Amino acid sequence: MGLAKRIIPCLDVENGRVVKGVKFLDIRDAGDPVEIARRYEQQGADEITFLDITASHEGRDTTVHTVERMASEVFIPLTVGGGIRTCDDIRRMLNAGADKVSINTAAVFNPEFVQQAAERFGSQCIVVAIDAKKVSAPGEPERWEIFTHGGRKPTGLDAVVWAQKMVSLGAGEILLTSMDQDGMKSGFDLGVTRAISEAVHVPVIASGGVGTLDHLVDGILEGKADAVLAASIFHFNEYTIPEAKLYMQSRGIEVRL
Amino acid sequence: MSSIAVIDYGMGNLHSVAKALEHVQPGVEVRVTADPQQVRDADRVLLPGVGAIRDCMAEIRRLGVDAEVAEAIRSGKPFLGICVGFQALMDSSEENGGVDCLAEFPGQVKFFGEDLQDQQGQSLKVPHMGWNQVKQACQHPLWDGIADLSRFYFVHSYYVRLAQAGQVAATCEYGVPFDVALAHKNVFAVQFHPEKSQQAGLKLLQNFLNWDGQL
Repeated sequence: MGLAKRIIPCLDVENGRVVKGVKFLDIRDAGDPVEIARRYEQQGADEITFLDITASHEGRDTTVHTVERMASEVFIPLTVGGGIRTCDDIRRMLNAGADKVSINTAAVFNPEFVQQAAERFGSQCIVVAIDAKKVSAPGEPERWEIFTHGGRKPTGLDAVVWAQKMVSLGAGEILLTSMDQDGMKSGFDLGVTRAISEAVHVPVIASGGVGTLDHLVDGILEGKADAVLAASIFHFNEYTIPEAKLYMQSRGIEVRL
Repeated sequence: MSSIAVIDYGMGNLHSVAKALEHVQPGVEVRVTADPQQVRDADRVLLPGVGAIRDCMAEIRRLGVDAEVAEAIRSGKPFLGICVGFQALMDSSEENGGVDCLAEFPGQVKFFGEDLQDQQGQSLKVPHMGWNQVKQACQHPLWDGIADLSRFYFVHSYYVRLAQAGQVAATCEYGVPFDVALAHKNVFAVQFHPEKSQQAGLKLLQNFLNWDGQL
């Protein structure tokens, strides 16, 4: 008996609608994030991550409203990421019912923001999202750097050192996405996942690249992640959350069933 | 219709717990408030809390919430503490270099430590974040319909060690065994977040809303 490893479905939301497509069977409105989140909760998801990719200012009001609706109907932890740049942004999302916020680009340009946020709201609700890409050549010791703008802009920051810095500033959790693997469905980058998991004392969520249930298992057993985040394998009903959990359990991983 | 005061001392997100209460008992009057009269008039009182204990205790004292809590506990009406709202009831906490708490119940709040390990010697992350099994230590109206060893959602770096075994309502294990629920007369307090613990958590909140404070 002990703490369960978590499975976290991720919803990409734009102007109040889930994008990237979600194709559950027998769901009435495939685009409504609240309905989808509720379905995942009923299936046994351990948390929900809501990634807001809305660009416009007006659209952000829609996001707040969507988070409010979700928090009224879904009673598992809810993390909101995307466009979190100020303490006011955080307060708005927490007041709307988010339990945690995920800070990404703003942390790179202004690391002190993470410290301010953790001091004001508590580390337990500050997740720092790290987008890492392998920069070492084949044969060299593996090395990863932080990239921004969806993996297009390098920053020169070493991913492991950066993760440690974010934790020292107050990050309560790290959401690690491998930009090389994201969308490839060929598994997490286990090297960077393990390097960061072993370098920090806070939980690490592995993200980017899940295509099979073995990938989830590898992220936990080899990557040493505390939680695994996935989108498309669940959205397209390739696997259900109970199937994923039963498989993880069969491989000796403690899960919540 | 019954009313519940969720004591607002400016720390953390009270929206979640208010929404969960409204969900399990539509029509219940949820007052998110620090006003002593509002708390006094409510049928039930809930003390929530997230964040650092020093800030929480400072706000509790500044707003006079300490007196409201003491009065509510002595009034005999059902009282529920959640997370830091559980820890705040103890004598003191190791957090922030040592902080005196409300001393409503004898016990200490201790740090998990940076080098926490499981029985196999694997290092464990702190905070203790996620779903862990809760071992019920007594029969209680708040456990009605909740299976023993059900999982609840936790997020904390400090844990409670109660001084009186008779007040322990549940335990959990994460590197060390620790107390995750307290029961004494009209008071129940938990380390986990029932408002984020899906069916088991909602059931506990529903049990609280149906409880008359008697054992």
